[in-house]
Amino acid sequence: MPEVQVRKKFTAVEEIFHEGGPVSRVPLRRAAALAVIRNPFAGAYVKEISGFMDDLKPLGLEMARALVVALGGDAKVVEGYGKGAIVGAAGELEHGALWHVPGGYAMREILGDAKAIVASTKKVGSPGTRLDVPITHINASYVRSHFDAMEVGLADAPRADEILLALVMTTGPRVHARVGGLKASEIKGEDGLR
Amino acid sequence: MKASIRKIATFVEETRNEMGRTIAPPTRRAAAVAVIENPYAGKYVEDLSELMLIGEELGELLTLRAVAALGIPPTSVESYGKAAAVGENGEIEHAAAILHPKLGAPVRKVLGGGAALIPSSKKRGGLGVVLDIPLGHKEAAFVRSHFDGMEVRVNDAPRGNEIMVAVAVTDSGRPLARVGGLAKDQIKGEDGLR
Repeated sequence: MPEVQVRKKFTAVEEIFHEGGPVSRVPLRRAAALAVIRNPFAGAYVKEISGFMDDLKPLGLEMARALVVALGGDAKVVEGYGKGAIVGAAGELEHGALWHVPGGYAMREILGDAKAIVASTKKVGSPGTRLDVPITHINASYVRSHFDAMEVGLADAPRADEILLALVMTTGPRVHARVGGLKASEIKGEDGLR
Repeated sequence: MKASIRKIATFVEETRNEMGRTIAPPTRRAAAVAVIENPYAGKYVEDLSELMLIGEELGELLTLRAVAALGIPPTSVESYGKAAAVGENGEIEHAAAILHPKLGAPVRKVLGGGAALIPSSKKRGGLGVVLDIPLGHKEAAFVRSHFDGMEVRVNDAPRGNEIMVAVAVTDSGRPLARVGGLAKDQIKGEDGLR
């Protein structure tokens, strides 16, 4: 399988103090790590692509570690996560699906024993395409206060023969969460859902 | 703190490869963006001195944030720039009040230098508006390799009564600069220009 060629990396951190309501005692932080890589399968239909998932594992771990560093260096503060990919125009949506395993398992490894499935989205797009990366609680997908999303994208990526890979982590609930549902304090922690 | 800050976002971009050429060391740049309440939204106010003081405060805060995101000593910063986007209920002069009278001095104090003019841009716009922050060498405005720009956007800002204020810093010029002109090792450092 081909080696992973990274053209560019990008980190975004948001620190949210309020959204028109009371100022949060601890600001919510959301961070995204992006990597723009060459798509080794661009331009043709390639049947066997799954081996590339293994090649992406070191990059996934590097990005997950970078997110923890961007959020202050302590993995314990991370409460939500998500992932996504934008495939350049000469690729197919299935190439974005290669990110599920290396992206998701990298975050779960770095965060210890995170139980919930990593929410994800993907699309085919051009330079400047934006992606709303969905976010859920790392241990229980149904925690309503932690349903969130972070918009990511780069002006010059993905070019046609590239893939933009994204991982996102957050440190807590939406800044003014108040629509009920399962609370983080009520997580049973058995099945990754509740 | 005079500014009422709703959110702060930081962005770090690292270019490792351009047109198939490895960039070693990678070129890196960072921007810090504050989303603040516009105290003059919706009305004409003659005296804009409150925004000037907010500019002073944000000059320090955003420069500290951007340099920290790059992870380099402040004196290693090579180029810089600033920009502001005013929400629809404000006027372009509000951006000018933040950017021009008082923001630069604390930027230079944090960086321990900065003889050159800090290049700037401003606009009025809606949520998700793109802000292109111009970049120039901090000691000599004519250094051609460091003429550049960094795009930033925050999808939920500026709201009508808000202003986005941005400061960008770099550790380098463009990744494959090769159009001649004054080079950084030729800086005389007398007038901030050459």
